[in-house]
Amino acid sequence: MTRAAAAPPALAEVPSIGEAVVFALRRDLRVALRSRAELGVQLLFYVIVVSLFPLATSPSREVLSMLGPGVLWTSALLASLLALPRLFAADFADGTLEQMALARGPLPAYASGKMLAHWLTTGLPVVVLAPLLGAQYALDGVALTLLAASLLIGTPILSLLGATGAALTLGARGGASLLALIVLPLYAPVLIFGAGAVDAVRAGMSAAPQLSLLGAGLLLAVVAVPFAVAAAVRIALD
Amino acid sequence: MIINWFRYASPVSFYPLAGRLARVFGVLAAALALIGLWIGLVAAPTDATQGDAYRIIFIHVPTAWMAMIVYVAMAFWSALALGLNARLSAMMAQALAPTGALMAALALWSGAFWGRPTWGTYWAWDARMTSTLILLFLYLGVIALRQSIDDPRRADRASAVLSLVGVVNVPIIYFSVQWWNTLHQGSSISLTAAPKMAMIMLTGLLFMTAAAWCYCIAASLTRVRAIILERERSSGWVASLIGIGTPP
Repeated sequence: MTRAAAAPPALAEVPSIGEAVVFALRRDLRVALRSRAELGVQLLFYVIVVSLFPLATSPSREVLSMLGPGVLWTSALLASLLALPRLFAADFADGTLEQMALARGPLPAYASGKMLAHWLTTGLPVVVLAPLLGAQYALDGVALTLLAASLLIGTPILSLLGATGAALTLGARGGASLLALIVLPLYAPVLIFGAGAVDAVRAGMSAAPQLSLLGAGLLLAVVAVPFAVAAAVRIALD
Repeated sequence: MIINWFRYASPVSFYPLAGRLARVFGVLAAALALIGLWIGLVAAPTDATQGDAYRIIFIHVPTAWMAMIVYVAMAFWSALALGLNARLSAMMAQALAPTGALMAALALWSGAFWGRPTWGTYWAWDARMTSTLILLFLYLGVIALRQSIDDPRRADRASAVLSLVGVVNVPIIYFSVQWWNTLHQGSSISLTAAPKMAMIMLTGLLFMTAAAWCYCIAASLTRVRAIILERERSSGWVASLIGIGTPP
């Protein structure tokens, strides 16, 4: 597998923010699409975790429709967590990350491209798959739509917050469990608002407040996280 | 008189100062706690509705407050450590983390023992209990991250970034848990509508809070002294301090 397939921007000109984002995005997508099996396994993980809960509780439609939003959301958290080590670790090990930090383009932009690629390959499939799995939890059409909508707004936040944790744990001992300890508490508000949105429509209320808060969180994360990730990457490269 | 604060940004000059301050605050903490406990356990009357169980408040509330305040202090020192690249600030942040975690754990522990006689359960998913639990996880994450990075300077800066990310998140977590709690539990269990406290109880609480402040300051200064010694162990002043100028 040749990782240098996409030529880095010519040194003569400083790439703009947009160019840097697109470069990192295209590169990471290409790398991800070359190991499709890995992507499939991660999606399968989501499906299996979701399928385990009825076995552990009850097949009754009443219980399942009550558990459904929480289970689908918690599993989305775990699926996002599972894919996090891949985000920076390989690029850190083979020096790509160092080249990005040394490149003339802004590092936060490269980091944004990588995070966007991470969401497209792990978050988006979960968003697409969730309504299908939600139907097995006896959720009705409105709840399923809301589930997909809340995941669509919420999973990018998971990718962004998780990327911060992944960058901070680069080169640290402890690996995946350390990452989980750092990232999962930060996920709590996303889980509460995400699952809460679905619960609200199930209870006949409007989900607008939860979705608005998720959207606000997403905007905040999109603006702030790339800089935190860039800082963390530079710390790891020191 | 102008005090040159930057003089104390150097571990060499801060070490003896921290020692003196730790002693002062340690003695203060013990004295205030003695007074506070005497008021709380002896002078204050038994509560009409909760009986003697309410006396846990004298430990529970101060530790819960300190758990939050210490996190903000840790984030403050982390910001200084990142912004000014100050070694001592990072050491202060490192020294505060275990104290903060201890405070959060004590708040949860005492809350459980208070909940049993008054609510009939050790644990309820009360908004404040849940957010204190998440706060404890945040502390443990910062401590664990530091433990798993070998280079102390890198560990300093990585845990500083995590503390800052955490401190932005703490209000969001608190708010979201509050929201979640009101949606799910209604007002079945509520301590917010606590009856007005008697003056004597408030006085005891005040003394215990001051004692908790002094304890946290004394404990973290004592810990920062140990951290300074550990980090600077190869320097000349530490060697002459502990009198091992010549190898045995």
